[in-house]
Amino acid sequence: MKALQIRRSVRRFGMARLTSPLSPSGAVRVGPVELTDVSEPARPPGPGWHRFETSLAGICGSDLSLIDGHASSYFDDWVSFPFVPGHEVVGRLEDGRRVVLEPVLGHAARGAVPPWPDAAPGDGHDYAHLVTGPLEPGIQTGFCCSTGGGWSPWFWAHESQLHFLPDHMPDERAVLVEPIAGAVHGAVMAANSPTERRNGVIAVLGAGTMGLASIAAVRQQIPDGLIVAGGRYPHQLTLAKEFGADVVTDGGGLARAVRRATGSHRIGAALSGGADVVIDAVGSSESISGAITMARPGGTVVLLGMPAEVSLDLTALWHRQVNLRGCYTYGTELVNGQPVRTFDIAVQLADMIGAERLLSATYPLERHVDALAHAAAAGRRGAVKIAFDLRGAN
Amino acid sequence: MPRPGFVLEVDRSTPPMLFWHGERFSLERLPADRSRVIYPPEPLEGLRDVEGAISHALENPIDMDPLRALLRPGMVLTICFDDVSLSLPKMRRPDSRQRVIEAVLDLAAEAGVDDVHIIAALGLHRRMHDHELRHVLGDRIVDAFGPIGALYQHDAEDHENLTVVGTTDHGEVLEINRRVAESDLVVYANVNQVAMDGGWKSLVTGVASYRCLSHHHNPESLRNTRSLMDRHHSALHHSIWRLGAVLRDQGPPVFQVETTINTDAFPSPFDFLSKREWEWTARDRATYLATSASLNRLPRRAARKIMHSIEAPYAMTGINAGFTESVHERTLADVYRQHLVEVEGQTDILTMGIPFISPYNPDSIMNPILVMCMGLGYMFNMYRNKPLVREGGVVIMTHPTYRDFNPVHHPSYIDFFDEVLTDTTDPVVMSEKWEKKYAEDEWYRHLYRTGNAYHGVHPFYAWYWGAHGQQWAGRVIIVGGDPSTVRRLGFTPASTMADAFELASDVVGRSPTISHLHVPSVLVADVT
Repeated sequence: MKALQIRRSVRRFGMARLTSPLSPSGAVRVGPVELTDVSEPARPPGPGWHRFETSLAGICGSDLSLIDGHASSYFDDWVSFPFVPGHEVVGRLEDGRRVVLEPVLGHAARGAVPPWPDAAPGDGHDYAHLVTGPLEPGIQTGFCCSTGGGWSPWFWAHESQLHFLPDHMPDERAVLVEPIAGAVHGAVMAANSPTERRNGVIAVLGAGTMGLASIAAVRQQIPDGLIVAGGRYPHQLTLAKEFGADVVTDGGGLARAVRRATGSHRIGAALSGGADVVIDAVGSSESISGAITMARPGGTVVLLGMPAEVSLDLTALWHRQVNLRGCYTYGTELVNGQPVRTFDIAVQLADMIGAERLLSATYPLERHVDALAHAAAAGRRGAVKIAFDLRGAN
Repeated sequence: MPRPGFVLEVDRSTPPMLFWHGERFSLERLPADRSRVIYPPEPLEGLRDVEGAISHALENPIDMDPLRALLRPGMVLTICFDDVSLSLPKMRRPDSRQRVIEAVLDLAAEAGVDDVHIIAALGLHRRMHDHELRHVLGDRIVDAFGPIGALYQHDAEDHENLTVVGTTDHGEVLEINRRVAESDLVVYANVNQVAMDGGWKSLVTGVASYRCLSHHHNPESLRNTRSLMDRHHSALHHSIWRLGAVLRDQGPPVFQVETTINTDAFPSPFDFLSKREWEWTARDRATYLATSASLNRLPRRAARKIMHSIEAPYAMTGINAGFTESVHERTLADVYRQHLVEVEGQTDILTMGIPFISPYNPDSIMNPILVMCMGLGYMFNMYRNKPLVREGGVVIMTHPTYRDFNPVHHPSYIDFFDEVLTDTTDPVVMSEKWEKKYAEDEWYRHLYRTGNAYHGVHPFYAWYWGAHGQQWAGRVIIVGGDPSTVRRLGFTPASTMADAFELASDVVGRSPTISHLHVPSVLVADVT
């Protein structure tokens, strides 16, 4: 079948890295991803596997960083090449039921013992199962050569990864559930942070898909919090406001807005006080540095955007005693003392905000160069989320 | 004999008119047969013997005893002076404030007065830099009084050193600098560059607190100030004069020294700016072309530096001293003698070039809020009786209106632009919703008190300054400004003057009448 596939090629990763600052579409053409005939993946061993027919598959920042050659080598041993990307997926099972994928290939999918009964795929304190068992290494569907991925007409999904959708939810909304779940995880982390005060100030840095979803999730999880959000483009700022941000500002003005909201002083590039929690939905050197200096001393920075190699002066982190927390995927959340699956909250939230507003364009796989270039320049081109549309490909 | 101002009716032979465009300028052709240009009077002759005139004024004051007679050993004497917001551009040294204060200090020394403090009456403006103090006061005063702590700048947030003098029958509280209030005599040395300045405004705003200033620096007062250059029809000045009466009746004796200057603002090679275009010589045209081309090629920062380095060869045209109210009436007569131009009737459109400088950005950046303040505040208000443009007409300004701020001088302006103007451009709404937050922001307070920042509330005041013009005009268009910045101000961007006239036609039709306020120099249109 025709699918997009990423192969391990140092030369192609290098060329993409060199080309991407000049031309996103050029980087796609010379990079490691290609539309090719792939052999259909064999059914993985063990019970509970379903053929998952893709309807829509989103393009995520982590996909783009791989394609433009900026992803960290950290993941080299946690994934298995060649793989079909695509982990933000909505589709149908063979029996016609509509499902959204929770992409983490967890204990159940790999035949390992879960850390506790009813654990979500992302739960646990040991990641050994991600590289062991009957499947090839792969942190998620879309990074594992054993299962296939969402940028193809179909792939294998384990029952532990499936969330059945209500009839009223359109595919265009459901394809946003996965990134929203990531944002919900960050928002719950913020809400449960020891530094989050009731009616505290939460700053959200970045207003792409993850930033906007974070705003909605923080508004849901911390209803009385004051959300200060920074984005770069006008459409992002409009959506940020609509999703519940109290104050929106262009990116350069975020520290100033946090200062105003918290009554702090500005001391050089840093604030004397700052936000109780900063959610960094960008993940660059600049954004992390900025997040640290706009979090209050003793505050928390939730690192939601996937970073790669960054250069940081950690003096501010040290001096301000800021907690820097990584925020990866989702699992089981503790909300008001009760365990809840992140995806269940995300499905609810996607409905609440009409998440299809974030889906700006869809492309067939054949136009993957255009699609990936569009996604790489989404903000600049007035877009948020770009996805592949494979309805009719099966 | 300098020629008076006049109104030029534009015809087909009229050359293009000079417009300021921030640090640069342009020539714009105005439509023939329905445009007019209001030219200011030429600079008046200066006083021949300035030192003699100062001495005469101090010895022969109006409605007060001579200064010499008011001075005695053991008394507490405070001398206040206008801050760096005057004059514009800055005066070539020696500044008239230096001349007056040195004369006052000589008399004080002769009388054996040794408790003398000199205070910059900056209100909520930024503190002056040391080089600015030296420019205004001269090295002798700064070196003698600075090191002993007897020369300093008013601090409207130093609540221990503020005191309430009294309250007007309108409930306005006069809260001013304690040293001033408790002095045996206060001498004020001003530069009355325009009719808005001087009188009770000098002390009642210059050494007041935010609480006191907010009685008149508010949207209601400014919307009913018609105009800023006509104190008898200005709600702002009415409030200030009521507070002045409290100062007069319950405060210290005030010996007001007011000086007026002519409009000789630009030395060579910029002197062509003040000339009438059709009288430009070949040399003027060449200088314009060369200067304009150079400024256009330079980075904005370098062009700004050049323009702010200009020192004006003003001449002092008058000095009056004594009782504030009596002095100020004579001062106003002197100011109007220089500025007034009789103009018949209003037009549909008013055009004006916005220069690189306003009272709130000496040696600094003309940020977008100050563009609004300069255009709709100061220049729109350059009238008596009624505005040059009819109600509902269009105001067209030329300025690059870049989104650029001086973070040292204008920190709260940046936040005002980001936060307040994205919410509202309505002065009433912003005063109710946002003003208090900015006025009480601790960081702004800190920067105002210890750095060189305008007070946190100052961008609101700058905005209120344009409240009357904003309410009056049916549309405001800025030619050559950054479009998104212009829109943030609530105005309409246009790329050329022709585009601006096209945009204006939605409001005033296709054959509107046009007045062009020729700047420089300063003028006040007496519109009948």
